[in-house]
Amino acid sequence: MSTGKMHFEYQVEGGNFSAAGFPSSQVKKTLKQLNVDGNVIRRTVVALYEAEVNIVAHAYNGIISVDIDTEKITILLKDEGPGIADIKKAMEIGYSTATPEVREMGFGAGMGLSNMKTNADHLNITSEVGKGTIVEIINYFHQ
Amino acid sequence: MTVSDIAVSLGLKIYGGENGLSREISGGYTSDLLSDVMGHAGAGKVWITLQTHKNIMAIASLKELAAIILVKEYLPEKDMLDQSNIEDIPVLGTSDEAFEISGKLFNLLNRR
Repeated sequence: MSTGKMHFEYQVEGGNFSAAGFPSSQVKKTLKQLNVDGNVIRRTVVALYEAEVNIVAHAYNGIISVDIDTEKITILLKDEGPGIADIKKAMEIGYSTATPEVREMGFGAGMGLSNMKTNADHLNITSEVGKGTIVEIINYFHQ
Repeated sequence: MTVSDIAVSLGLKIYGGENGLSREISGGYTSDLLSDVMGHAGAGKVWITLQTHKNIMAIASLKELAAIILVKEYLPEKDMLDQSNIEDIPVLGTSDEAFEISGKLFNLLNRR
């Protein structure tokens, strides 16, 4: 287990909030089993959960692929959805395009992308309006 | 101080997650915005909120929170309660508003 590479994939369904958090909790369990540093686990889980919730809240569907090797965890979240017109604007704290229903649940406060940035060693977001968004998160196990 | 201790001292109702009543408490965090809690609440905190849906438990579990206190007699939705029992993270309740129960918990935790 210590030398191998691991790969996981999860489907995410837009609008299905009741399933949200499953990939994050699976990744957390796996990293714990691998004895990854607790702080790295906490940061990874926050970044992944926020990215997943963005797919649920904004996109039609998505795929999360997770790759773990001895040095790092690489998470790729690809969705089919409306895309982000202005990524710089979306990164601003408090800016959100979430619906009133989503906000009522306590999501959509415009803090998600900032949480992702704070909790990822490497964060890359690319998006095409009308097609979808790709988010890449990389966290290293040894800082 | 454990979740059970504060439940007794503050007269809180216990809706679910009884197996987690022995969890140790490190403090509290009061917010209804999920990303705020995700970004700022530390492990072992008691989360005071009026949100009653299942995603609260997902965040509580990922952040390793000790318990949830629902304010103003808000009741947990069934799937929140089910998840509370699966995760062994207690969901507690009070008739107090968030300001009042936060103050009481703060005083209780800082008494010594």
